[in-house]
Amino acid sequence: MAQGPSQPPVVGSRWVLAREQFDTLLDSFRDHGYEVLGPTVRDGAIVYGRIEEVHDLPVGWTDRQEAGSYRLERRDDPALFGYNVGPHSWKKYLFPSRERLFTARREGPSFRVSTEPTEEGPKAYLGVRACEIAAIRIQDRVFTGGPEVDPGYAGRRTRALVVAAQCTQAASSCFCVSMGTGPEVEDGFDLVLTELVGEGPHRFVIEVGTPAGASVLAGVPLVPASPVDLAKVSERLQRTRHAMGRSLEANGIRELLLGRLDHEEWEKVGARCVACTNCTMVCPTCFCHSTEEVPDLAGSRVERWRRWDSCFNLAFSELHGGSVRTSVPSRYRQWMVHKLATWYDQFGSSGCVGCGRCIAWCPVGIDITEEAERVRLPSAPTSRGGRP
Amino acid sequence: MSTDREPSPSADGIPLAPSPFTVRERAAETADTVTLTLDPLTGDRPAPFLPGQFNMLSVLGAGEVAISISGDPARPDELVHTVRSLGLSTQAIGRLSPGSTVAVRGPYGRGWPLEAAWGRDVVLVAGGIGIAPLRPLLYALLRERARFGRLEVIYGARSPQDLVYYRQLQEWRARSNARFQVTVDAAGRDWYGDVGVVTQRIPDCRFDGRNTVAFLCGPEIMMRLSAEALEGRGVRPEAIWLSMERNMRCGVGFCGHCQFGPYLLCRDGPVLPYRELRPLLRVREL
Repeated sequence: MAQGPSQPPVVGSRWVLAREQFDTLLDSFRDHGYEVLGPTVRDGAIVYGRIEEVHDLPVGWTDRQEAGSYRLERRDDPALFGYNVGPHSWKKYLFPSRERLFTARREGPSFRVSTEPTEEGPKAYLGVRACEIAAIRIQDRVFTGGPEVDPGYAGRRTRALVVAAQCTQAASSCFCVSMGTGPEVEDGFDLVLTELVGEGPHRFVIEVGTPAGASVLAGVPLVPASPVDLAKVSERLQRTRHAMGRSLEANGIRELLLGRLDHEEWEKVGARCVACTNCTMVCPTCFCHSTEEVPDLAGSRVERWRRWDSCFNLAFSELHGGSVRTSVPSRYRQWMVHKLATWYDQFGSSGCVGCGRCIAWCPVGIDITEEAERVRLPSAPTSRGGRP
Repeated sequence: MSTDREPSPSADGIPLAPSPFTVRERAAETADTVTLTLDPLTGDRPAPFLPGQFNMLSVLGAGEVAISISGDPARPDELVHTVRSLGLSTQAIGRLSPGSTVAVRGPYGRGWPLEAAWGRDVVLVAGGIGIAPLRPLLYALLRERARFGRLEVIYGARSPQDLVYYRQLQEWRARSNARFQVTVDAAGRDWYGDVGVVTQRIPDCRFDGRNTVAFLCGPEIMMRLSAEALEGRGVRPEAIWLSMERNMRCGVGFCGHCQFGPYLLCRDGPVLPYRELRPLLRVREL
């Protein structure tokens, strides 16, 4: 029986947790005040929700993804993290789809603006993938990297404990290796788990990333990871690295796209695209949002809310009663060029982490990696880049 | 329902919270455009601004909109906005009368690079309501008239009835050491001025192209053609500055609406050099 460290283990140390003891890890999160959020099966997909006990996790499920397709399948083992990514990402919690910015109340001829104190406690995000850590860091730069800091985002980020899970397999829609974001979680985590299932006892190798992660492990029954365990971790990651279903040539992609704003492919892909906004909703880095005001009937109180918006919506580019991007090709081009090219200008990195969600959740199966290749091919001149 | 935090009149710590202002004065410029002079209701003075910067204005409940500041930058206590009523938010602002309350936050964005004008000839080209973001620059230039060479101002509108700041422009034309050319797209017999687009006025301008700085604001097509005409007269593209416009929801680079190619116009603009904008202005629906 594992004794486990009674003192918090040191940062960088690696331990093994038996599958049978996984609930004690969940208990420990709760004992330390964290609400555990993680993967769970709902409506035929693995989504993020509240995790109370180990059976809330997608035990024995995996996801099969293709362009325009996402299906759950039974695994032949009881893995807890034997899938890749579903339609949710952690932006669901860090950057909620609807958030009240403030309430303004009429006071005589003036008004007063107030906001509600945050009563959210700390959360443990369980099962964060390498590409998702990269996505969180990209949104960090958007909301906290400039002169103006979004206090709501910053607060939620500070209260989040990142419990990562290494990908021990890759979906056919995955291309994190191309984007340099995975598959291995290397930093940006408080704890990182690698699930070992099928060879020897079902267990988890846990590496400690921060003192906050370490303190949660105090009292959890762990044994030090053996060289054999660590070798298996490397082997799994190596296997995942070679199992990428897709690739994208990221070198020079910014210059390529910015030089081909008049490429004929924009018309072609725009003819297939139905401007449903799915790709932007499932994208873990898409941050565009709108604001709306909700007045009461008496006009004495107005709430200003922000909600996710999408560059695929016609109203997104509204100006003087008309829209700048009226055609769907122009909206697809805006999305993809922003994601892969102008994001560098705006935030210093690519906006794509290679998670493949936009590929699987596109109802017509448009594949960003394929589109990048098509734009790379020479094109006949089009009117798109010509004089407006 | 959670309880409210102690409200803070200056809205400190509340993200993107506006401050209450009251309309001191309302002047109808045209049938659809008003100039409002605003006073803060909180006792705080309005923040100083640079010519070309904008504020986010709203009649609470009717939505927020980015509006450039149109007053004299040397008198920041007098917050002046000229607003053309086009959508719901600007219509609500256009209906305000003295004593009405308006929500204001800002100023935001990068304005006109005034220093670029020193020692050079200066050309301003305004189209329609595009005169509004240029007026603070004009105030600043006229105040420092001795520091630069010739000053040419071209202002175009659809019709004589659509000209804003008309009296002030006439006054400036009469009294300042600057040349004003006002042109309209169409006019009746009572108009004795020029008829045509602003680019037609550029050949008449007197300036030394190699030593000229130009500041442009108006519809994109107007700015592009004006910039090309100025280039044709030898003005370097890096000396031509444009004030760009896109939908803006936040003003601080969070919401993604105001993208123009690589730029977030609220953060990187709205004023940008033509040298960088030139290839982008040729792309349809960017």
